[in-house]
Amino acid sequence: MTRRTRVAVASIALAGFAALLVWAFAGLPDFGSYRGPYGFVLDRIATPDRHIDNVVNATTYDIRGFDTMGEEFILFGAVLGVVLLLREEKDEDVGDAVHSDLVRAGGPLSLAVAFLVGLWIVAFGFVTPGGGFQGGVALASAVVMLFVAAGYRAWSAVGEETVLDPVEGLGAGGFVVVGLAGLASGLSFLGNFWRPGVAGTLTSGGSAPLVNWAAGIEVCAATLVLFTEFLGAYGVSLRKAQS
Amino acid sequence: MTLATLVPLQSVAFALVALGAPAVVFTRDLRRLAVVNGFYGIALSLLFIVYGAPDVALSMIVVSGVAYPLVLLVAAARIQRRRGDE
Amino acid sequence: MSFLPYAVAAWICVVGLYGIVASRNLVHLAVCLTVTQSSTYVLLLAIGYVRGGGPPIFKGVELGTTAVDPVVQALTLTDVVVSVTVVALIIALALDAHEESGTADPDQLAELSG
Repeated sequence: MTRRTRVAVASIALAGFAALLVWAFAGLPDFGSYRGPYGFVLDRIATPDRHIDNVVNATTYDIRGFDTMGEEFILFGAVLGVVLLLREEKDEDVGDAVHSDLVRAGGPLSLAVAFLVGLWIVAFGFVTPGGGFQGGVALASAVVMLFVAAGYRAWSAVGEETVLDPVEGLGAGGFVVVGLAGLASGLSFLGNFWRPGVAGTLTSGGSAPLVNWAAGIEVCAATLVLFTEFLGAYGVSLRKAQS
Repeated sequence: MTLATLVPLQSVAFALVALGAPAVVFTRDLRRLAVVNGFYGIALSLLFIVYGAPDVALSMIVVSGVAYPLVLLVAAARIQRRRGDE
Repeated sequence: MSFLPYAVAAWICVVGLYGIVASRNLVHLAVCLTVTQSSTYVLLLAIGYVRGGGPPIFKGVELGTTAVDPVVQALTLTDVVVSVTVVALIIALALDAHEESGTADPDQLAELSG
């Protein structure tokens, strides 16, 4: 079957699929008339019960923390797959240099600011929008500024497995340890075992901030490992282009 | 946000997303795709903000701002040599 | 007006699937997969939306004000971050295929054997 035939047949099939989707969505309630009940219950009880202002993060890290643990291990497994696929191609010494003075001057400054903002996003995840997942990616983006501003050799001081692998293990293992600590305190796995503090401050949420930080550290380290592997592959391509 | 201001903003957000998706699909060059995907991510974040989901909008911004362009640009460097380089 | 979100979700899903079928490059295929994935985010958040409701964050807002559903937001935000690594895995597979056979075109890759 040639490509043209395949695309034509697929277009017809996709049109039929679109019609099916529209017919299925027509049976949903109108946009805006959410019936609940879990959403309404959570909105009402999460803040008085756990003293967490951000109900979305209360759901992610406290009330449905088991779900998040599964997602974290998907992250872990996918990064493991990337490392296994790209590992043998890394090249340490690439002859790239950053030529722009503005980038070299402004890069470290933006790294510092972005790193602080990332830490703030993780820490205040229970008060304002944010949390471990977003803050972890923001932290990793801050660290990759090192590559953008200073070239590959500066980056390879941070982006190597002896630094990143323990941090990643700390995050992923820390999640399970906090869950087991919940078990050890007589509650269920990942139960909240500390006294909930004052809502709207850093001490809110009981032991859920531990889960938050574990997720943040894990996402940051996993994303950095991903960047390391891909930038290593980029280094190989630069070397090939130069030779 | 009152209901009166929300409806035009929602329509704009939906229109941007509905236009952004074919733009991403019909871009062939990988370097251009990195930028167009970034804009599509921003359009999605606007839609998520209008939905009342600031956490999801924040995660979409950080992901499509740094992580996706980096991965796509490295893939572009490996697969599609710059024209005139062969 | 009230069917617009679902129509947009269906449109994005079908456009992404068309991109996957008609793609000439494995990396472009992976990005079209993310477009299809984004249609699920649009749909999920549309289901959880409450008309006149604000974000489910109660700092400075008194309890009892209408807010949208937090459960679908929790699902979507972890999914957005995790899908970056999964798509990176797919792209790593594509780079590996390019290394092995010199091409990243799915049609030409399907013809190689041995």
